[in-house]
Amino acid sequence: MIEAVLKPGGDAATALYIVAFSLFILGLKQGTHPTTAKRGNLVAAVGMAVAVATTLLLDGMGNWGLIVIGLAAGSAIGFVASVRVQMTEMPQMVALYNGVGGGAVALIAWSELRHGISLGGDIPLEELIPTLLAAIIGSVSFWGSNIAFAKLQDLIPTRPLAVPGQQIINAVLLVGVIVAAVVLAVNNGDPSEPLFIAMLIAAAILGNLVVLPIGGADMPVVISLLNAFTGLSAAAAGFALENVALIVAGTLVGSSGTILTLEMATAMNRSVPNILFAGFGGAPAAGAGGDRGGAPPHLDRRPGRGDQARLRGLGRLRPRLRPRRSPGPARRQGGGRMS
Amino acid sequence: MSLMTEIAILVLAAFVGFEVISKVPTTLHTPLMSQTNAIHGIVMLGGLIVLGYADDPLEYVIGTIAVAFGAINIVGGFMVTDRMLGMFSKKPKPKGEVKSK
Repeated sequence: MIEAVLKPGGDAATALYIVAFSLFILGLKQGTHPTTAKRGNLVAAVGMAVAVATTLLLDGMGNWGLIVIGLAAGSAIGFVASVRVQMTEMPQMVALYNGVGGGAVALIAWSELRHGISLGGDIPLEELIPTLLAAIIGSVSFWGSNIAFAKLQDLIPTRPLAVPGQQIINAVLLVGVIVAAVVLAVNNGDPSEPLFIAMLIAAAILGNLVVLPIGGADMPVVISLLNAFTGLSAAAAGFALENVALIVAGTLVGSSGTILTLEMATAMNRSVPNILFAGFGGAPAAGAGGDRGGAPPHLDRRPGRGDQARLRGLGRLRPRLRPRRSPGPARRQGGGRMS
Repeated sequence: MSLMTEIAILVLAAFVGFEVISKVPTTLHTPLMSQTNAIHGIVMLGGLIVLGYADDPLEYVIGTIAVAFGAINIVGGFMVTDRMLGMFSKKPKPKGEVKSK
């Protein structure tokens, strides 16, 4: 139904979406040079405005009251939060925004599934599979980002936290999520909504458990990785909704976010698998096993060259933001490093 | 749009993303992460579409929350990036300062 309704907008809507994603690409390109970065951000924001306006003009859209409520509430929260946030708290803010993006994808996927079920008949696999992918990645990203935010905001301890048998639990959850997705896809004539919700919840727990064991100092890389994930889930949602703007922008974020993650990890003298292995339960808490001999990732190390590199990579904002220049030991160990 | 066309678009977009972000100065890592983060706020379009065509109460709720989440992602993302980058313009030579540390 949705594709059918989009068609009246056909060429014009697609043309405007092409304008929008071209502006995203230009904005990203300019964002890689210090002199043009600020302009690049504005260019991308204009692209976003074009994309949103185009969507609002689509034929057959309804529920305007709710749309206005959602837009107004979200914009107000985003505006106030961005104005009030301290410069030192930027990274966790990015984590939070990334999380809500992932949450939006998961909710969209849920709504899409309900829509497909209510239409009756078989849901085409080329629509159902991306929907399931979007739901899983979105849910993981939402919860993972929330944990990253909570850690950097000192709402929960920044040190690596792990439950016993974490690897097994994670593996079971992952297998469970995949099995649920396969079962849903096979029964595409009448996918079970409760099973879908169970899959979302399992993915949510997985998102929590993967990020909890990662130390606060590695969070920037994790946030960047989750950022790339959210981009991919947006692209998957684009496949489900057959929306070219979502596909291009989502993929763009997915691939550029991946490169950025790798560059960030390199700047911090860390490798992504290394960080994630802690996340998948490389037994930092158990104190045994793990490819780093069970040491909690560099949280208990004294500052050395690696830390210098890390500070150079991600702590750049801090010296200028905090004129006092004496980060307390507590901040240094925690998320302060990246801010 | 056929599935294969969509996949072609996906692959090309992936290469563009890889090419655009390469050799980024470390100073720009966090702002750039924030900017890409704002761009995936594009998911709000999906929220608008599912809400715009929703026809049962639960979908209304889900759709409205999705749109609100997307709007937070977009507005917050671009504004925070702008604030971060605003600090570069105040100090003309950010590189020198960090090195002096």
